[in-house]
Amino acid sequence: MPLVFTLAFRNLFHDRLRLIATVIGIVFSIVLVTVQMGLYLGFGRMVTTMIDHASADLWIMPRGTKCFEDPSLLNTRERYRALLISGVTEVIPVVIGFADWRMSSGEMTPVFVIGSDLRYGGLEPWNLVEGRIEALSRPKAVAVDRTYFDRLGVSGIGSTAEIREQPVRVAAVTNGIRSFTTTPFVFLDVNRARTYTGVPSGKASYLLVRLSQDADRGRVRQEIVSNIADVEVLTPAEFRERSRKFWLFGTGAGAALFAGALLGVIVGTVVVAQTLYSSTKEHLTEFATLRAIGSSKRYIYKVIVWQALLSAAIGFSIAALIGNAIVRLTAATALPIVITPALLVGLFLLTVVMCVGSSIAAIVQVTRIDPATVFAR
Amino acid sequence: MTEPLLEAVDVAKDLGSGAAKVAALKGVTLSLKGGELTLLMGPSGSGKTTLLSILGCMLRPTEGTVRICGHPTAGAGPEDLALLRREHVGFVFQSFHLFPTLSATDNVRLALDVRGQPSRAARVMSREALAKVGLAHKTKAYPRELSGGEQQRVAIARAIVGNPSIILADEPTAALDGENGRAIMKILAEIAGEQGHAVLIVTHDPRLLPFADRVVHIEDGRITGEEPGGAKLPRLQ
Ligand SMILES: Nc1ncnc2c1ncn2[C@@H]1O[C@H](COP(=O)(O)OP(=O)(O)OP(=O)(O)O)[C@@H](O)[C@H]1O
Ligand SMILES: [Mg+2]
Repeated sequence: MPLVFTLAFRNLFHDRLRLIATVIGIVFSIVLVTVQMGLYLGFGRMVTTMIDHASADLWIMPRGTKCFEDPSLLNTRERYRALLISGVTEVIPVVIGFADWRMSSGEMTPVFVIGSDLRYGGLEPWNLVEGRIEALSRPKAVAVDRTYFDRLGVSGIGSTAEIREQPVRVAAVTNGIRSFTTTPFVFLDVNRARTYTGVPSGKASYLLVRLSQDADRGRVRQEIVSNIADVEVLTPAEFRERSRKFWLFGTGAGAALFAGALLGVIVGTVVVAQTLYSSTKEHLTEFATLRAIGSSKRYIYKVIVWQALLSAAIGFSIAALIGNAIVRLTAATALPIVITPALLVGLFLLTVVMCVGSSIAAIVQVTRIDPATVFAR
Repeated sequence: MTEPLLEAVDVAKDLGSGAAKVAALKGVTLSLKGGELTLLMGPSGSGKTTLLSILGCMLRPTEGTVRICGHPTAGAGPEDLALLRREHVGFVFQSFHLFPTLSATDNVRLALDVRGQPSRAARVMSREALAKVGLAHKTKAYPRELSGGEQQRVAIARAIVGNPSIILADEPTAALDGENGRAIMKILAEIAGEQGHAVLIVTHDPRLLPFADRVVHIEDGRITGEEPGGAKLPRLQ
């Protein structure tokens, strides 16, 4: 083992209490950043679930649509114009919107209705645990998620309720289709979705376009835009990006999460800087001795930076374990915390930068060491 | 006969500033030759430590010149001085200044590590240096497991392991009892005599006189006299 490393290691473990304080500081800071960034990623993923699960090559939407939940409407007759374009195989209307759900007990709760043409299956419920998709084409049939049973006052297939004073009946049950707005999703046929949300016939929220295998997506898109007025055509990836941007930055949610992360970094830096500084101060005669026996300043910096890196490694390992537990605990909630490999690497680099940055105060301190002090006992 | 390894000419040093300014050295000329053990003696506050610090390139003189192994120190920055120290000087301190968290071997190895010596070779050399000071059996011990005399021997091993031509020691025996002090002095005398190093020892202790080739007296920042040490007298050898 290189001696600088041994020296750093021993300096660090020499004072257990300070080491614990350092590690707690790093862990607190990194866990805070992890949660904020994990929420950011989780939120970014949640706001695009519907886009992720729709089967479409292109989305036609009213010009200026900001996100999937946007209430603006387009004309369904454009559907026929789109179908005329070569390469287009299907154009499926989708209607979304808020509605009031009245339980059999008479209690009301808002729901978010998602209606799609069930013959083509543009945006159908997924993760079915009870019932079948086909059952949704029957009158009154809706699909709801198991996690919202209590909220909706239902207990499974066969339960009934009312939306806009029209009777509905649970015909299929999904698992884990959670909404970050906490408003339960209700899947059903597109025509009944219009009735329940008050969207006039001849209108829809989106038209999902499916293309033949050999179709040129760019060309089709160009043709749709030039043939149909007041619409935008986005690929799923572009629509995801737009939705994410709106929810994360249009609403300030992203800024709040970043501010939280920044706070974590500041707290961590202050704690680590403080403990490294006091550790260095305690070992000042040793550093002066090193200097007296002729070590370069670089050699001494190496000892301090190794101390910082070791603290970073210990702190990061513990923070990663805690982060992993948080991910598992929140996996089934409406807003799961998501840690991607890239985030993990980023967090590790952040920990290292934070710890090494924190050693600057300690380093400034040792640059002022006068080696001659070693003679004064 | 031989060229001096260390040469100080008209060295003056002011310490402190303003009203607290003290002229610690007032024109000292001294040279050290290889193979000689020199004692520097004088009353407390006479400037012994200050002179040692200047000779060892830890402090720069306010006036005068210092040449170490032919290199003048004038104009050298802190890093240049550190380089001169690690190449030419080994230090032994009154209070040992060992690293409490490192074993004896690693304490000695530190002097090689700061020179960038690869660790394998450095470990072997460190054990050899410890054997030279009679601590072959304590290489793994930590400072707290060693007696004062043993700790000072580790410090001497650290000072000599890099084979510097100059060894400077500030009251190396002051913290030790008579017997341990004599053992340390024997080792230092051997280093001077057998290996041709220049050894300068600051001390108050007249019991060290028999080991010296040369005794230099300092008082109030000035060299006041010089005489041959006990080692030059045949009957004491
Ligand atoms: N950092 C300093 N600032 C101001 N004056 C100092 C400083 N260090 C030493 N002195 C003064 O310089 C003079 C020489 O000090 P030095 O330490 O060289 O004496 P010394 O001979 O080693 O004494 P001792 O035998 O007590 O160790 C003393 O008068 C001392 O008070
Ligand atoms: Mg002194």
